[in-house]
Amino acid sequence: MLKISRYVWSDIIRNKVVIAYTLFLLVVSLSLFQMEEDPSKAVLSLLNIILIVVPLVSMVFATIHWYNSYEFLELLLTQPISRGKVFLAEWAGISSSLAAAFFVGVGIPVLIYNGNATGVALLLVGMLLTLVFTSLAFLASVRSRDKARGIGAALMIWFYCTLIYDGLLLLLLFAFADYPMEKPTLALSCLNPVDLGRIYIMLHLDVSALMGYTGALYKDFLGTAGGTVVTLGILLLWILLPLWMAMRTFKKKDL
Amino acid sequence: MIDIKHLGKRFRKLVALEDINATFSAGQVVALIGPNGSGKTTLIKSILGLVRPDKGAIYFQGEELGSDGSYRARIGYMPQIGRYPDNMTIGQLLRMIRDLRGSDVSLDEELYYQFHLDRLQDKPMRGLSGGTRQKVSAALAFLFNPPVLILDEPTAGLDPVSSEVLKKKILREKAKGKLLLITSHVLSDLEDVTTHVLYLQDGRVFFQGKISELHEQTGEQRLGKAIAHLMQHATAQGELEEHEFIYIKIAN
Repeated sequence: MLKISRYVWSDIIRNKVVIAYTLFLLVVSLSLFQMEEDPSKAVLSLLNIILIVVPLVSMVFATIHWYNSYEFLELLLTQPISRGKVFLAEWAGISSSLAAAFFVGVGIPVLIYNGNATGVALLLVGMLLTLVFTSLAFLASVRSRDKARGIGAALMIWFYCTLIYDGLLLLLLFAFADYPMEKPTLALSCLNPVDLGRIYIMLHLDVSALMGYTGALYKDFLGTAGGTVVTLGILLLWILLPLWMAMRTFKKKDL
Repeated sequence: MIDIKHLGKRFRKLVALEDINATFSAGQVVALIGPNGSGKTTLIKSILGLVRPDKGAIYFQGEELGSDGSYRARIGYMPQIGRYPDNMTIGQLLRMIRDLRGSDVSLDEELYYQFHLDRLQDKPMRGLSGGTRQKVSAALAFLFNPPVLILDEPTAGLDPVSSEVLKKKILREKAKGKLLLITSHVLSDLEDVTTHVLYLQDGRVFFQGKISELHEQTGEQRLGKAIAHLMQHATAQGELEEHEFIYIKIAN
């Protein structure tokens, strides 16, 4: 499996997009840390950029790479290699290179300027989100043979996570304004990995005081060690569940 | 060597294969013949595990096809349209497959040199002509000396010289007692190498047996004519009546 992943890596390195992505992240994070006096404010700005850019790039790149390497996958499947192996090797190749890009691009500046618990939390969430969206991208691309449809589906997932979900949540909160909504909101945030990541880091940043009673509740629950485990567990589920579904589809698929 | 039992496959509404039963043994050269869309490629892809059949089972050397795909080490496959990673060169591609298979069998590079692919080593796959791609596919199929070879339209797109090279190679492998499954539209190409014929139409087997039996049954000596006879015979038995009815409806 590692052998196959190695060919995926060499292909990714050759097409240079991931290298450009690394440089972009590096420039953004370095300049944010240079501009802001207070590194924790820089982390907050960085967080907002990461929550938009990381899912988008992971998703679009993984989807397009999947369709581009269709021939490669087809060729491997005429060889004595099982489908599960081919699939996981492709996923491992793409997700690890995107995660490495994130680690170099954001991780190194963060560890230099703000290497405390918040910084580490930011890194962890960023890496996990990279994996989450690579898995979701794989699910979208395995489900449809048509490239345009696959990329469209991937973008819809991204829209849902970054825009539509917030709108829906607001709508829900307005509709049920007369009821205590703190606990349901907490549960609802599990339905969006980006939101979950955002809340998790916000709580590390002590800005939760600004979020009122809900913020306090979040802090009570997610701010504790148990909350960290739950958050990371849910993010892990967001990685494994789509991956498992995609693999199941891929194993049954006609090529 | 390969046993196919009650194999069935549908693509949505289209019935690609229906209740296929066949047995192929070592030393045979089987010509898979049938009109376009008769299910030849689907059958081949089912054997390779690229298409998942809905019904029936395929046994390879007595074992039902498993999901781990290890049986494919014993199959060399030459696809109808060879699709390869665009940004690799011929040399890289062959090295990669060798590396991935990591097999210890002696390599058979005969075709690689006979097709002069060694001179094209550094050419990227994206710039290759259809014929050269076919040559790469052929070289790859024979490379690991597998006991079973599946060739889908092997001579399509090859020039006469290369086509002859490939045909000679097929004869040599046949003499070694290997099983070869070949599909082709150019029937004259198959004439002098085939030992058995499997004729498919609309996803069903219409004829299966030795080539001599085919000559007997149809009374034709040339493969092309015998197949033409089969085709007319097959269509006369029902399917066509429906078509004719539609034609009449359209005409009116």
